[in-house]
Amino acid sequence: MNADVDVKPVPQAPLSLAHQFDDLVQQREADDLGMWLFLCTEIMFFGGLFLAYTIYRSRDEAAFAAASHELDLFWGTVNTAVLLTSSLTIALAHHAAESSRRSQLVALLAATLVLGSVFLGIKGLEYHHKYVHGLMPLLGLPFEWQGPSRGHAELFFDLYFLMTGIHALHMLIGLGILLVLLIQASRGRLLGDFSAPVRVTGLYWHFVDIVWVFLFPLLYLIGAR
Amino acid sequence: MVRERSGVVLLFVVFAVLLGLLALTVEAARHDLGQWNWFVAVLIAAVKALLIALYFMHVRQSTPLTKMVVVAGVVWLAIMFTLSLADYWTRGWMS
Repeated sequence: MNADVDVKPVPQAPLSLAHQFDDLVQQREADDLGMWLFLCTEIMFFGGLFLAYTIYRSRDEAAFAAASHELDLFWGTVNTAVLLTSSLTIALAHHAAESSRRSQLVALLAATLVLGSVFLGIKGLEYHHKYVHGLMPLLGLPFEWQGPSRGHAELFFDLYFLMTGIHALHMLIGLGILLVLLIQASRGRLLGDFSAPVRVTGLYWHFVDIVWVFLFPLLYLIGAR
Repeated sequence: MVRERSGVVLLFVVFAVLLGLLALTVEAARHDLGQWNWFVAVLIAAVKALLIALYFMHVRQSTPLTKMVVVAGVVWLAIMFTLSLADYWTRGWMS
């Protein structure tokens, strides 16, 4: 049996290309589309919370403003800047991954991880401050509110902890994914055509940033005066 | 190479604009604009979100299909807000 007869050179597909896609461009478009479909469900998920906030705030705007005044505007602003910076570092990380710069990618992923942790650390200090001052009306904890409209002020803090808590949970998940990416990147993976995980994680991270961009004015700024 | 560098520069420019908008929204909140305080805060947040989506999340370079999905997400959110608030904000009219 002559093995040479029918063997023709098969064009070799790149290793980074999954077999169901025609080419890398199509694969990348599918990555983006799939992630955005997930983010649409997240828009509706957080949207429901923002809707609840809007409805309860419209019933007693003065109470919400007074309760918002208890939040720490300085640390809220710092945290917004921290999160925006982490968005920049992961956008740069994606850029470094696509242009196969390994050490840059590792450094930028680590920077994003650190900035995300700083955000959660500051958030934790704020939570602790609220707990100490009896402004954490969760799980039967006392609510020591001196001002008027106690009920609506309590609703504000309920929404504050619910919305920032779920946001922080998203951050934690993001940090977990970043840690995995960091380990992979330090082993020389995720470069060039294999950078899709960095790209898609970036989309998720930026979305969580956008949620905070809306949480910050609605929770911290309405009582700034 | 030039194009690659301009891509990085663009990311830094967008970042600087985002920080500028953050300073602007904090400053605006210190002034009494009446009902406009809320509007200005949400408007600035929307501009920031748009910048993040277009440049950091590279929606600007996405396919029409992906752009349509992004817009659809926002439209569904708008439908939820419009219908729910049309209910809550007009209940007083009945009594």
